[in-house]
Amino acid sequence: MTTITLRNLRKEFDDVVAVNGVDLTVRDGEFLVVVGPSGCGKSTTLRLLAGLETATDGEIRMDDRDVTGTEPKERNVAMVFQNYALYPHMTGRRNITFGMNATDSFTDEEIDRRVAEAAETLDITDLLDRKPQAMSGGERQRVALGRAIVRDPDAFLMDEPLSNLDAKLRIQMRAELTRLHAELGTTTVYVTHDQTEAMTLGEWVVVMDDGEIQQVDPPQALYDFPENRFVAEFIGDPAMNMIDVAVEGGVAVHDAFRIPLPTGETGDGKAIENGTPAESFADPDAGNRRNAVLGVRPEDLHPARDRPDLGETTFDATVDVTEPLGDSLLVHCSVGDATFKMGAEPRSSLEPGETVSVTYDPERLHLFEPETGEAFYHSATAPVTSDRLERVAND
Amino acid sequence: MTNAIQYTKRRFEALKGAIAGDDEDEPLAVIGREESVSVHLQLWLLVGMVVFPILVAVVVSTKQQGIVTSLPDLIPGTYAVENYREAIVDYGFGRFMWNSLLMSVVVVVGKLVISVFAAMAIVYYRVPYKDLVFLFVLFTLLLPVPVRFIPLFQLINDLGWGNSLLAITVPYLASATTVFILRQHFLSIPNSIVETAKLDGVGPVKFTLQVLIPMSRGVLVGVSIIMFVYAWNQYLWPLVIIDSEANQVAQVGLQLLQGDVQGGQLSWSLVMAGSVLTLLPPLALMILFRKPLLETFAIQQK
Repeated sequence: MTTITLRNLRKEFDDVVAVNGVDLTVRDGEFLVVVGPSGCGKSTTLRLLAGLETATDGEIRMDDRDVTGTEPKERNVAMVFQNYALYPHMTGRRNITFGMNATDSFTDEEIDRRVAEAAETLDITDLLDRKPQAMSGGERQRVALGRAIVRDPDAFLMDEPLSNLDAKLRIQMRAELTRLHAELGTTTVYVTHDQTEAMTLGEWVVVMDDGEIQQVDPPQALYDFPENRFVAEFIGDPAMNMIDVAVEGGVAVHDAFRIPLPTGETGDGKAIENGTPAESFADPDAGNRRNAVLGVRPEDLHPARDRPDLGETTFDATVDVTEPLGDSLLVHCSVGDATFKMGAEPRSSLEPGETVSVTYDPERLHLFEPETGEAFYHSATAPVTSDRLERVAND
Repeated sequence: MTNAIQYTKRRFEALKGAIAGDDEDEPLAVIGREESVSVHLQLWLLVGMVVFPILVAVVVSTKQQGIVTSLPDLIPGTYAVENYREAIVDYGFGRFMWNSLLMSVVVVVGKLVISVFAAMAIVYYRVPYKDLVFLFVLFTLLLPVPVRFIPLFQLINDLGWGNSLLAITVPYLASATTVFILRQHFLSIPNSIVETAKLDGVGPVKFTLQVLIPMSRGVLVGVSIIMFVYAWNQYLWPLVIIDSEANQVAQVGLQLLQGDVQGGQLSWSLVMAGSVLTLLPPLALMILFRKPLLETFAIQQK
């Protein structure tokens, strides 16, 4: 049970800045996922937390303890690695108990009891007398989890623990990790490059890029209200469409279409007042022309004939390619000089070269600054929870 | 020749598949019978070429005179027991063998201990300029022991170690080859295993004894065999530094079995009996530990 606080954490390797001033609070008992592309500094952040790397600058606190410069073993954290890191010459049981024996803080009976408990929880009783070589990937990772659990650490640090498993097993283990966390309630920091894993597992998700935190939010908020282009494009598969537009008097104008922007403040925002300038959205120069990047997720774009309920504003696009995904049909379209992807009904008959009339969900539009990539407009209003406010205030 | 190598490779792959259990089929089904016969003939031929001189030595050691001039001379004689008894008892060859064994074991154990520590320091510890140090260690490979004979001879005598076990073991205790092989092996151990141990608070001694050495068992055994054979076959240095018969090693002792060379009575059968005796310990080790030995080389090939 520990709150972990990172303050202005920096790590430099020679002339490369891996972690560049990270401020983050991991609250007691929370399952926090750090996600980002490879090389974004997420693993380094975790290793700094574990004490396997020494911070160049900044502070790491666990509860009220400053652990920035302490040895890994004094931090009482357990780490689960991508390659399981089991000792190949030891049985499952020996692997689990090896670290416990090292510290002498457990009696033999207690070790036996804890191993039995952990084995029960993870359903690995049969594996205790086997060597890692005779276990499957999923079984090895369970044993590795068992090793982390028995020590009763203040925090679990997981470095892409599911990446070496096949897709089916990964989904199964994902559910199991969620259950395990609900059962144990230990503060957990989980690093992954897989945004689906981040969305499904995390209570809160940290998106990192280039050694810096881009956004910290619960998964749905991250998906609905990305704070910048990077987050918008990284979270969600297929990625969000980005189209260069100009904004004039509350309308996103492109050579081939005009999309009126609903006022972002009404909250319910259902009615699109066609042609009404949405002057109240956070644009000081409303009415004047400014460049922006319009972001719309593929699943928020539809062929107009499928969704007549979404309003009358449509535009025509040309179908380039179609990709059947089973539950939907992904249509690559082009309009003017822009291309975008659109989700259509799974058995739609859309042929390449065909012209299709496209409509969109007016509540799911985003605008980004072309230069900085900062989001300056979401057509829906972000729900403000006290939780979120508190977090934003803390960081 | 080439297809023999190809054959061995395929057969090895097939066997590996069968052991790993991911190949349900007959493991050797990939190889046709005819091909198998022809390849086996080639292999026997190659093995025959290598083994022939040793077979001749064994045959000669069983004869009274031991001069081979024609094919019928290759029929084993009946003096085997007599010859071996004479070599071991009359010429004290047992003593030489014991000295050799002692020297080899001390050299192997010393090499392992020193090399494990050296490789550990190079791989796991932050030593300033450790890459340079390692390069320097490798550099010593360019200076084989015979090049150092004269200063070494002087040094050993100054230390008063002449004619002793120390003289034939200490100069061989450090081994760049072993350090190199162990370093490569330690580097191949996933870092996360070392880090797990660190997080668990496993100390360096416990880590070495209970993680590192067990995980390196194959390599350590393989290296030991190579080093044992190398030490066992030492000839020149013991010949130079040991001058009492009681402390002499088997390889040098062989020449004492020659008998009356000046009189033209070179007793080949005794020399061969001694040769076969010297051959036995390394051979036994090779047979006992062939698996880890092959694994060691397999790792190097990766």
